[in-house]
Amino acid sequence: MRYLPLTPADRQAMLEKIGVTSIDALFTDVPEAARLHGPVDLPPHQTELQVERALSKMAAENIAASSVPFFVGAGAYKHHVPATVDHLIQRSEFLTSYTPYQPEISQGTLQTLFEFQTQVALMTGMDVANASMYDGSTACGEAVLMAARVTKRKKAVLAGSLHPHYAATTRTTAKYLDIDIVSSKPDLDGLSGIADLIDDETACVVIQTPDVFGRLHDLTEIAEKAHQHGALVISVFTEAVSLGLVKSPGDMGADIAVGEGQGIGVGLNFGGPYVGLFACKNDRNFIRNMPGRLAGETVDADGRRGYVLTLSTREQHIRREKATSNICTNSGLCALAFTIHMTLLGEKGLTTLAQLNHETACDLADRLSGIAGVDLLTDSFFNEFALRLPKPAAGVLDQLVEKGVLGGIAASRLYPGELDDVLIVAATETNTDDDLAAFETALREVLS
Amino acid sequence: MSMNTQGRPTRMEHDLDPGAYEDTLSGSRGLEQAEPLLFERGSLDVTGVDLPTPRGGKNRLGGMKREGPIGLPGLAEPEAMRHYVRLSRKNYAIDLGLYPLGSCTMKHNPRLNEKMARLPGFADIHPLQPEQTVQGAYKLIEELARWLMVLTGTPAVAMSPKAGAHGELCGMMAIRAALDARGETGRRRVLVPESAHGTNPATAVQCGFITDEIPADATGRVDMEAFKAKLGDDVAGIMLTNPNTCGLFERDIREIADLIHEAGGYFYCDGANFNAIMGRVRPGDLGIDAMHINLHKTFSTPHGGGGPGSGPTVFSEALAPYAPLPFVVQTEDGALLRMAENESDIDGDDIQPFGRLTAFHGQMGMFTRALTYMMSHGSDGLKQASGDAVLNANYILARLKDVMTPAFEGTCMHEALFDDRFLKDTGVTTLDFAKAMIDEGYHPMTMYFPLVVHGAMLIEPTETESKSGLDRFCDVLCGLTDAAKAGDADRFKAAPVHAPMRRLDETRAARSPVLRWLPSEDDSKN
Repeated sequence: MRYLPLTPADRQAMLEKIGVTSIDALFTDVPEAARLHGPVDLPPHQTELQVERALSKMAAENIAASSVPFFVGAGAYKHHVPATVDHLIQRSEFLTSYTPYQPEISQGTLQTLFEFQTQVALMTGMDVANASMYDGSTACGEAVLMAARVTKRKKAVLAGSLHPHYAATTRTTAKYLDIDIVSSKPDLDGLSGIADLIDDETACVVIQTPDVFGRLHDLTEIAEKAHQHGALVISVFTEAVSLGLVKSPGDMGADIAVGEGQGIGVGLNFGGPYVGLFACKNDRNFIRNMPGRLAGETVDADGRRGYVLTLSTREQHIRREKATSNICTNSGLCALAFTIHMTLLGEKGLTTLAQLNHETACDLADRLSGIAGVDLLTDSFFNEFALRLPKPAAGVLDQLVEKGVLGGIAASRLYPGELDDVLIVAATETNTDDDLAAFETALREVLS
Repeated sequence: MSMNTQGRPTRMEHDLDPGAYEDTLSGSRGLEQAEPLLFERGSLDVTGVDLPTPRGGKNRLGGMKREGPIGLPGLAEPEAMRHYVRLSRKNYAIDLGLYPLGSCTMKHNPRLNEKMARLPGFADIHPLQPEQTVQGAYKLIEELARWLMVLTGTPAVAMSPKAGAHGELCGMMAIRAALDARGETGRRRVLVPESAHGTNPATAVQCGFITDEIPADATGRVDMEAFKAKLGDDVAGIMLTNPNTCGLFERDIREIADLIHEAGGYFYCDGANFNAIMGRVRPGDLGIDAMHINLHKTFSTPHGGGGPGSGPTVFSEALAPYAPLPFVVQTEDGALLRMAENESDIDGDDIQPFGRLTAFHGQMGMFTRALTYMMSHGSDGLKQASGDAVLNANYILARLKDVMTPAFEGTCMHEALFDDRFLKDTGVTTLDFAKAMIDEGYHPMTMYFPLVVHGAMLIEPTETESKSGLDRFCDVLCGLTDAAKAGDADRFKAAPVHAPMRRLDETRAARSPVLRWLPSEDDSKN
């Protein structure tokens, strides 16, 4: 077996040193009845070539986003990732290192986390950010728990246009902690109704912008109302690239900003691994209640600047049942991919990238809403919007597949039994004019 | 001094004191290059990507356009490359040497896994693409699920948990849901051995439980009398790591399972140490109800400096109905695999998912890597791997048992646990000893965990280390022990001196936290 360095002679010599006659003799603490004597019922080992063939066959049954006109979004976006990013994250020293528990030999990871935290804080307009969560949805759930701890309140208000997977994850996360989660109706026009749900018992109000239908929201007024009631505002984004062009959560009065960083550096990966971004205001009580790891600056014994994991008295390995979260392993390598891509972009590149996304989406919205019977439902958006179709969207999508176009997501997949005729469409810098034309032509044919 | 034909000196001048020249003008020291923060290197008008120029004109942002700069510096590609390559060289890594962190299973990460995960058919597909366009992805998830169920001897697995602790949450939420379905609102106490990972009690509390610690007995295992005394009709279950964090198999595990079940509770097994038993023991045969599997430990997906992980969680018949959404199902005609994403996708009342733990379907990128690893090993290779992991740990134990002090008697499983008795009266602590290992080119073992052992040193070599490599490692630990006993405490207190940095002041970092870069006042005036 190519991954096992011990030779039969090594094993024999080692067993002699230990003083047993076989490897099986090292398993005598296992109850006899539970010991398997033969191999489990699975195939035997295979060569690299054999494994590669089998996996490639499975991969070939999927349609890769880059191979077709592709407009699927709703929380995961197709962007171009520079080749440098994937090369660097495969450096052995980044790829095969553990959580940086020994800072003297982990400065690479620690300094990049410190840079990541700074980039996330800057983009979100917040003061501090942690070293990553699993993804945007779990970051959202953890933000609600944090708000409940900070305010010592037990009610969270979710906007109906929060990505339903995020809402479901948040409900599950809070389910057994007696936190009451209320939600407004999914509203394609705005945030109607949500302000009325905020009261003096409310720990936080959670609003996504751009929301799951692509609509942008100004949180300023709701933030004012929330703050009057002593509630926190959690601003959620599922498309980090939008922060290059639109007002940041901090600009709009958010107290905590959480989101999905997948769009920068990470890739689609069929839903994971992604990277959750988590940032908040610089308030001692906030930081003490933050989940996840934090890298911080310090000095070494010679007075040289360096970085360590810090404030770990919040964390499970120190605080155990009193920890702010049970999170341990987070999304380090994806955070690294994010930070490298962001470094390559810089402010200049991020702004341009965001502008290109917006323009492509505007072009696509103009093309598609010009088709008879198709209405654009989103009057302000970044790179994603919702359309009302004259037919159920799920069937239309299937017909678009037949024509070689992956044309978005039926809203009913996220809101079962509702919004049957609504299609959510995303466009990014990866879509060419030919892609847009192909989509328009195909949709026109399907709807005619 | 002798000269070669070009007049270049060929020999060192031995009379110079190298210590006098340690400080350099640049802050770099040969191949160890100083690297400032990105924010001190880059600038706002530099970018390392070429993008088309936007046309301008169209704006549907509805007044939501950002005003003012963000403050994000960029680097041209060659500069970015150097920045990160230089930083990478300040990290230890499995690819550089033995990484014996106990409970972390730092084994070799095969690059075939990376190659497979990057196939466009896996890496470049969207989780919500029309289902007919991702049948291969669903098949891969189903195939990995099958391997996990066969290896654990369980009938169900939830694939979506994103890491080990997330898998714990998955398992404990299923237990809570099952208790709620039974109407057992009074069962809220979860028994957790004091040697448990910190994630165990933290997870239990996130499910609305309270934790109750069980002490260890003199052999490092659950104290059965104490355990029995804690059983009662308010007990929801037990969270037990097996093999446990002392590196020992819980011999009484079947009795523990029977007793917890008789008491009306469930058995959560922390699967962090599954590498010791894969292919040899099926946890389902031991009576567990739920167990997460760290694909980033046992099945070699890279740890990446702190993730991403993946924590699929297997279930017994009793808990399977409560497993979370989503999961793959077959259509009635069998022609298509589908993902049950919402409760409305489920027929009948017998399946009652406790909810959803994350957006989408889990860590597909890790699934691909783990299945690649499993198929490469096969049933025979996996069994050999766990056997070699246990053999390697026992070899270290055998070589060091008369030099260092093993915490418990007898053989171990995949990790060898020592306490700090051998350092008594030397003035050297476990921390000092670990830092001296850094100077010798090794990543230290897990220190001060498990908490049940004083000054614990937990060494997990994994199966991907050679005998000669282990011999060199043991030689170094023997040498360090000799040095400590010989009274050379200063060497340990000063360590590390050969790492990129000396010891870092963690107290200062926590007392006055600096969690991000900020422009200095001088910079902001410019």
